[in-house]
Amino acid sequence: MKGSEALIKCLEYEGVKTVFGYPGGTVLGLYEALRHSSIHNVLTRTEQGAAHAASGYARIAGMPGVCIATSGPGATNLVTGIATAFMDSIPMVAITGQVPKSIVGTDAFQEVDITGITKPITKHNYLVTEANQIPQIVREAFHIASTGRPGPVLIDLPKDVADSECTAKIPGQIDLPGYKPTIKGHPSQIKLACKILNQSKKPVIYVGGGIVHSGAEALLLELSERLDAPVAVTLMGKGAFPYKNNLYMGMVGIHGCPAANIAVCNCDVLLAIGARFDDRVTSNMPDFASNAQIIHIDVDPAEIGKNIIPKVPIVGDAASIIKDMLKCLNQASHPEWLAQVEAWRPTEQGVYYEGKDDEALTMRKVLHQLSEMTRDNVIVTTDVGQHQMVAAQFYKARRAKGFISSGGLGTMGYGLPAAVGAQLASPESIVFCVTGDGSFQMTFNELATASAENLPIKVLLFNNNNLGMVRQLQKFYMKENYYSVDMPGNPDFIKLAQAYGMETYTMEHTGQIQEILAEAMDNNKATLIECKVSCEEMVYPVVLCGRSIDEMILFKGDK
Amino acid sequence: MRHTLSVLVENKAGVLAKIAGLFGRRAYNIESLAVGTTERPDISRMTIVVDADEREIEQVMKQLHKVIEVLKISNITEEEYIERELVLIKVQVDAAKRSEVMQIVDVFRARIVDISPNSLIIEATGEQKKLDAIQEALRTYGIKEIVRTGELAMVRGLK
Repeated sequence: MKGSEALIKCLEYEGVKTVFGYPGGTVLGLYEALRHSSIHNVLTRTEQGAAHAASGYARIAGMPGVCIATSGPGATNLVTGIATAFMDSIPMVAITGQVPKSIVGTDAFQEVDITGITKPITKHNYLVTEANQIPQIVREAFHIASTGRPGPVLIDLPKDVADSECTAKIPGQIDLPGYKPTIKGHPSQIKLACKILNQSKKPVIYVGGGIVHSGAEALLLELSERLDAPVAVTLMGKGAFPYKNNLYMGMVGIHGCPAANIAVCNCDVLLAIGARFDDRVTSNMPDFASNAQIIHIDVDPAEIGKNIIPKVPIVGDAASIIKDMLKCLNQASHPEWLAQVEAWRPTEQGVYYEGKDDEALTMRKVLHQLSEMTRDNVIVTTDVGQHQMVAAQFYKARRAKGFISSGGLGTMGYGLPAAVGAQLASPESIVFCVTGDGSFQMTFNELATASAENLPIKVLLFNNNNLGMVRQLQKFYMKENYYSVDMPGNPDFIKLAQAYGMETYTMEHTGQIQEILAEAMDNNKATLIECKVSCEEMVYPVVLCGRSIDEMILFKGDK
Repeated sequence: MRHTLSVLVENKAGVLAKIAGLFGRRAYNIESLAVGTTERPDISRMTIVVDADEREIEQVMKQLHKVIEVLKISNITEEEYIERELVLIKVQVDAAKRSEVMQIVDVFRARIVDISPNSLIIEATGEQKKLDAIQEALRTYGIKEIVRTGELAMVRGLK
């Protein structure tokens, strides 16, 4: 069979049911093979949408998302999506067409060196030079993308290779001598960590996306109860721990919850699992957990010692290591420490502080209400900006993997295509895309994809006619000299949504929140809710640049 | 501090670019990098000399490990090893000064590999310091061109 047919057969072998792609000259053969396959191609409106959708799909389906693009501009349009997946360790296989091997390197029409471009933003990539390599490469790509620390892998397939004959069989076992992820943690390191934890008086657990990737949510709950230790999560770790449990403190970092931020600064042992001490979490590094002995568990050895030097490093899979730790941890009880943490939780003067005008619609009121009304089958995706941070603070998912956001790269335009992918991975779920007028306009073309696929996605659009987060930065760091942040050309979003055949709601005051959200949740239709909010609403708490994370500005006027 | 890394990699297209790119992107400073085949045709060895402190070199090695084609990394800095580098130096010299230069070449146990009416090419091998010294000694005669291979290293004895 032809190389292109072989590649599609290999995707079927890997269990792929849905791919996200955009055809073009160099992938004609691939699309012809797709036409005859059991795989459904979701035609997105740009390749960036395809990459983000594959990422949203991967996060819910728990297997690599697949996106396909043609050579040149098709391939470069994938780049932002690939980088987004790379930063958040999302398993993805990106397939790009390439000009025929015979003219590679001649600056041919729609030629770009995509393996060169994506080297720093993929876990691995391939330029296929012979059709017979295809079965081996596809198997390797899925293996690399989904094991160890997951990430994107790109396969660049020249047109003439795709058109030539492939006789190779799909290999059973694959052996990559240079790739052996560590799964099991070192026993003596685990013993040492447990010894420290057993002696701890004020422990804190700090978790990131590693828990979600490893499927260690239930083990984490058991661990926290055994240690009687409160849990702080990163943006990627949201959904790793049930919020209803009183050990849940919320997100930690520059927009973190007060209890989480203060507890991290006052704990005597910090147990970090699948989190990487990102600068948005630690703010001023020397002050972060400065009184604590740090135990760092991560599947990627390069994360250990990169940003902070731990007392006890443990390389391996979170679930496997927690299991081993539970064997030698005593049941602890820290009533005084937990009472102290409880006292740091937000009060009326904390993050729930509202202005005097109760009628005024704010992001936090809407997202707080969404959180109150959420169900076991609700998935929230977000874009990037103020709404994202408010959602991270106030929205508490009731299901695992219930909160999907671009963390590391902070990619505006992620929310809607990610919602498309998430909805396709879980058709029975109710998917909300929480977005802002800035982010939404980066990729709202994917409304057409949602429409074509009959996806009842709910777009919760916060319109303040501003790039709110940039405006907030200008407020705090540029002496309120606002520039290039208001969006005077904004369209009528309601008419725009109607043009795509969506149900629409306009929300202007507090009294409408509950009713509109309830209707949207049950209407089973693609829906856009435009929430008209003021650009004066800032994200609080905020930790200013260079400060310790326990030095928060909690509300407007707070010094 | 100067570290010498001996890195075994799969002999595949693009591996060198990947590794060079990794050093560039993470702002690690390569002093020299030499690549060649080994006793196995499918495996190449890179000898990389990096100027880095302890924490940086640990990151360098960990990041290198993440490259799928990298098979083994040894930091041989603290071990007993033989290091060699080869240099070709073209010196502008006429017949009058030629014998002086030839004496220097003898002292360093280097070799003259080409003679033209106005120039010589000298080949020298040795440790970096020796090559620096011969370069310095020849500088007064007018060096026109220098090509150095970068350091090669091999740990002594059988392990």
